[in-house]
Amino acid sequence: MIIPTKEKGADISRRDLLKSGGAMATVTLASGVTLMSFGGKAAADGLKPGARWGLLIDAGKCPEDCSACVSACSKEHGWEDNGLDTDPQWIRKVTLREKETGRENSLPVMCQHCDEPPCVDVCPTGASFKREDGIVLVNRHTCIGCRYCMMACPFKARSFVHEPVTDQRTDSPRGNGTVEGCNMCVHKIDRGDGTTACVEACQATGNNAMMFGDLNDPESDIAIAVSTYASVELRADLGLNLGVRYQNI
Amino acid sequence: MKTLLVSVLMMAALMGAPVLAEGLLPNIPAALGEPHPEGNEFWRVNHPAILSHDRDLTVLDGIRDIDGSIKTCVACHAVEGPDAAPLTVASPEHACRTCHDYTAVKIDCFQCHNSRPEAGDWPAVLPSLGGTPESLHAYLERISQ
Amino acid sequence: MERITYRELRSTPKVWGVMALCAAFVGAAGLSVLYIEHHGHIVTGMNNQVVWGLPHVFAIFLIVAASGALNVSSIGSVFGKMAYKPVARLANVLAVALLMGGLAVLVLDLGRPDRLVMAMYTYNFTSIFAWNILLYTGFMGVVAVYLYTLMARGVDPRALKAASLLAFVWRLALTTGTGSIFGWLVARTAYDSAIMAPMFIAMSFSFGMAMFMLVMILTTSITRRVYSPELRTRQARLLGVFVAAVMYFVIVHHLSNIYLAKKGAYESWILLNGGVYTKLFWIGQVLLGGIIPMFLLFHPKIDTRKSYVLLAALLVVLGGLAQLYVIVVGGQAFPLEIFPGFEVSSSFSDGVVNAYTPTLLELSLGLGGIALALMIAGLAMKFLRIVPENLSDDNVDPSLLAD
Repeated sequence: MIIPTKEKGADISRRDLLKSGGAMATVTLASGVTLMSFGGKAAADGLKPGARWGLLIDAGKCPEDCSACVSACSKEHGWEDNGLDTDPQWIRKVTLREKETGRENSLPVMCQHCDEPPCVDVCPTGASFKREDGIVLVNRHTCIGCRYCMMACPFKARSFVHEPVTDQRTDSPRGNGTVEGCNMCVHKIDRGDGTTACVEACQATGNNAMMFGDLNDPESDIAIAVSTYASVELRADLGLNLGVRYQNI
Repeated sequence: MKTLLVSVLMMAALMGAPVLAEGLLPNIPAALGEPHPEGNEFWRVNHPAILSHDRDLTVLDGIRDIDGSIKTCVACHAVEGPDAAPLTVASPEHACRTCHDYTAVKIDCFQCHNSRPEAGDWPAVLPSLGGTPESLHAYLERISQ
Repeated sequence: MERITYRELRSTPKVWGVMALCAAFVGAAGLSVLYIEHHGHIVTGMNNQVVWGLPHVFAIFLIVAASGALNVSSIGSVFGKMAYKPVARLANVLAVALLMGGLAVLVLDLGRPDRLVMAMYTYNFTSIFAWNILLYTGFMGVVAVYLYTLMARGVDPRALKAASLLAFVWRLALTTGTGSIFGWLVARTAYDSAIMAPMFIAMSFSFGMAMFMLVMILTTSITRRVYSPELRTRQARLLGVFVAAVMYFVIVHHLSNIYLAKKGAYESWILLNGGVYTKLFWIGQVLLGGIIPMFLLFHPKIDTRKSYVLLAALLVVLGGLAQLYVIVVGGQAFPLEIFPGFEVSSSFSDGVVNAYTPTLLELSLGLGGIALALMIAGLAMKFLRIVPENLSDDNVDPSLLAD
């Protein structure tokens, strides 16, 4: 019996009823799924308790002319940037030039998956929320499109869908009038891929500027990396404890 | 009330001739997978509640093996369109629309969700558009077993 | 001294003409909303960098003015200036009407206005926006009770006093909430300041009084009723004080920002190099909305003349809209600083001033909000005994006006 963390009492009892006579349903549906060959690898269902998924980005390894992570994200989630101010960008490449020294640098910026996300604090309906494994998401079922989260986000990580969308990626629903942003490829994490589209793409280019992993698992590569080498958070002054860290900015 | 209405409609569909179905009842296309073990009437009545319950499991807790997954619904209930691709909800023959148009219940699922399986996930065999009284009758027979 | 009598407005072509004009604007706003809802916000000037635009300027103006309009009534009941009592009913009605107009604009600009009900049954208690939902709906309830104690016969004066005090405290909380929508945005240089809350309260006194005087002057002229020149002059001078208070907060806000090195870039932009925002600040907000009205309202010869008071109130409203445009849109147009110490560029407008050009749709939605507020107030005046019939100087006790 699975009870969602934020369910209403009435729904649970209805689910009990359903489950008592519905054990077959899962099996049959699952066989239906196999028949039509979706699915993929079997993985433990549900989020990993105690995890804190994060990214480590090495700006020193990120060439200015490479945007493999951006294209991969766009393809994975079905958003398109055609250069309009109203087009969404879940991830973007930012070029930096140090004012005093003139040193240039380049890195990708996406939702930083704060531990204390301002977008979650300000959202009137609770649609902007943080999963227990640290991923900050928009629940489009309750988003009313007020855009207060976009006002509050220190990283411009969110976009508002300005026009009707069709033929979305089935694993990444998105629609007119709601706010969206990097979801750390939550569908990939849930099915146990252990990586995100941007990280996969970055590794495929051979730059290896991005790393994905569980910051709370001391054995993980990312936890070892951040405990060994210096890394920083963006706008550390805000004290938001970000899930995305950068090196060599 | 809704349950009653659906039951009456079902009864009419089961007893009544295909001729009646053709004229008055929604032309629901046959689905591709195994019939729901709980029966179609159960799902006709309960699918909104199950869908909205299970969506929270997925969105909030990452549980993706659920009964009411819209991704699975649209794949199993896909209907082939004229271009040999599954129809989108823009078509009145889309499985969801046949009934929702008939009952005048507006849904906003497909403002965000894709109303058909993705190109890579298209089932090998798509049921073609129902439409004929025979196919509907066959479908009703199958689900009534 | 006669007893003040209140009467419904008579059905005259002028009254219905004003109503019809308001209805036309409301209708146009409705069409704009349908158009935006159908095509998405892409048809507006708003974008992913400037997410709140002209509709929010109007909405926040109306919401802020609503709590200020109530103040006219509080001056009588809470602060004991009995001369204000005859206009208390209108002040209450106008407060609710302005709030309704503002909320309508705010709600209709949502990406999914059809889902507004979500904001009622999924509720995030850490959101200042969500608190405001309670503060706004509660305001209407509290003001309704207050209005009842003003209008019903045989109400215990202590009940009136209690209701008016509650309404006064509530409106302070409400405007604090509205100001904090911006004040608590830590990420943006233009906001992130506790002064936003008291500044918004000062703005509400000023905008609310201006809207009240405009409505009072308009109503009394088209219905040929009297708006005691003595009372009007007193209110005009008070409006001048409120305008000065707003200017004070604006000066303190900018001076504090200039003193902080990290906000220096923003200040030099908004005060000197911000293009349309700099012009709106100096010409719209400071000159037209501040200095000229203060001159008109404090000048001992001019402040007694209706046309100049009317002009001053209009300028305060225009200056207020300019001020909110500078705050709301200007604050978002200034580039968000993610990498202090670096010059940045990207495909997502990093490091550049964000563009925003409002469309006619947004203007029509905003004006529709004002029209809706006036229409609600007008209908209330038409069918309820709200506006005094004989508010002449003789019937306003001059001794009660004394400061």
